[in-house]
Amino acid sequence: MSFAYLLRRLGAIVIVLAIVTLAVFGITMVLPGNAALMILGEHATPDSLAAMERQLGLDRPMVSQYLDWVWGVLHGDFGMSLRMSLPVAQVVGDAARNSAWLALIALTTVTAIAIPLGAIAALRRGTIWDLVIGLFSYVGTAMPEFVTATLLLILLASPEWPVFPAGGFVAPGQDFARFLHHAILPSATLGLILMAHISRQVRSEMSEVLTSDYVRAARLKGLRGRRVIWRHALPNSLAPAVAVISLDIGYLLGGIIVVEEIFAWPGLGRLLIYALQNRDLPVIQAVTLLLAVVYALSNLLSDIVISWLDPRVRHA
Amino acid sequence: MREILRNPAGLVGSFLLFGVLVAALFGPLIAPYDPQLFHVSARLQGPSAAHWLGTDQYGRDLLSRLLNGAPSTVFFGLGATALGVGVGSIIGVIAGVAGGKLDSVIMRVLDGLLAMPELLFTLLIVTFLGGGTTQAMLAVAISFAPGMARIARSSVLSVRTREYVLAAIARGESRAWIVGREVLPNALGPIIVEATIRVSFAIMIGATLGFLGLGAQPPSTEWGLMVAEARQFMFRNPWCVIVPGVAIAITAMGFNLFGDALRDAFDPKRSR
Repeated sequence: MSFAYLLRRLGAIVIVLAIVTLAVFGITMVLPGNAALMILGEHATPDSLAAMERQLGLDRPMVSQYLDWVWGVLHGDFGMSLRMSLPVAQVVGDAARNSAWLALIALTTVTAIAIPLGAIAALRRGTIWDLVIGLFSYVGTAMPEFVTATLLLILLASPEWPVFPAGGFVAPGQDFARFLHHAILPSATLGLILMAHISRQVRSEMSEVLTSDYVRAARLKGLRGRRVIWRHALPNSLAPAVAVISLDIGYLLGGIIVVEEIFAWPGLGRLLIYALQNRDLPVIQAVTLLLAVVYALSNLLSDIVISWLDPRVRHA
Repeated sequence: MREILRNPAGLVGSFLLFGVLVAALFGPLIAPYDPQLFHVSARLQGPSAAHWLGTDQYGRDLLSRLLNGAPSTVFFGLGATALGVGVGSIIGVIAGVAGGKLDSVIMRVLDGLLAMPELLFTLLIVTFLGGGTTQAMLAVAISFAPGMARIARSSVLSVRTREYVLAAIARGESRAWIVGREVLPNALGPIIVEATIRVSFAIMIGATLGFLGLGAQPPSTEWGLMVAEARQFMFRNPWCVIVPGVAIAITAMGFNLFGDALRDAFDPKRSR
């Protein structure tokens, strides 16, 4: 991984993000109903609508509106929310922090559980363990988040047996234990699907590596089984797992939308659905852009980690 | 096909798919009750001899609603995938065959579109088009197209330098003949495999949109919408959310398993 390569990748991300801003701006511009109508309501007179449009700059050409918006974004100014009369940056910032907590809890627990599960399935190929883990991963990938969430709610949040709250949020700074209590069901929902993906990927990579020449060579050299696994097999099956994790961040960002809506978690997903329902265009633009940036950066990060884990990529 | 049935995952997948397709084709005909009929005296009941899978909050028979919802749920997935795969493959094949500047322009635009998480992209398009089954289907198809284009392109690229294509070029065959007779048939495998697995995503996204109120609208019996409508009552009668939820999972799993087996059949290296 050379410095020039990093620069090139960052340059590519800038181009991609430029295209994303165009797409986001374009889609929100063609959404039915403009901002002036949203503020004044549907009973506004044509005159007051025109005045409001002038005040908001909606009568100017698209291109200059777009450039203004991008200029503002580059300076951290995303405009004012049309519905909440708060700066978009503040609303989105708060929501992003809450979502980040959820994603962090889901990702760390999933990685900690899924990689060993996949490795066990590969090492105990053909046993009952392999079968159970495989079945679990098939079922996990076939359940949409809202189904998993609903089943978890029935099992663990019913009025007769309320192990966890059915929804809501407590700020982590206020009461960390209660925060975790509220975070468990939503992050478990997100985690089940990710866990299925990652463990499956690790299993298939690891079983390929276990039959490879260098693992056989290591065994023939007389190395102990455990050392072969830890030193040779596992590191070489991790690179693809990291690739899947970064792809799964795309899933996670989508899944968060549904999960936050179901569990009333005040994050980016819930904010986005609220903004879409109420046509709060500046909020829609900011949330979408933010999610795209996170996705692009996580892809870059995973490429860096992969090249660090896999020397063949590093020297390619 | 025999390859697929020999693989246990493929066998289970084919079995599930067969059941789902029968339900989708004949479900409305074999349903015991009218799916919209209220049985006022039998609301929110568990399974019984009269109602095999129980009833919902209006006393509507869940089995009948499930069978009636099967076509809209399954054909939504098939339709959205077919459309998205079709459009995406055409774009990808054009990019792969053309190469050069056109290829890099198409790829940059696709990268931009792929930089948005799929569900987010779909949500934006649905909001733009307005809620409803057709709109949701179009939205899923549009959000599938960039990813499919990428797969089709890389599949074309990998075939383009094979010996049989080089031989055709050396024979002096026309470009159209080479693309149509040598490149496309050999590039089709990965596209078909990906498409089969995508049907399960399409079904899950379609159900999710229905659940969020952006897809099928009441009184449709689309399965995601069934879960959403019954959610308020799920603690009083879990059956009314479990039945459609499990049905979605089984359908998605059928397409998933079948797609995996298909991939193994196409690529003997993976199947061991």
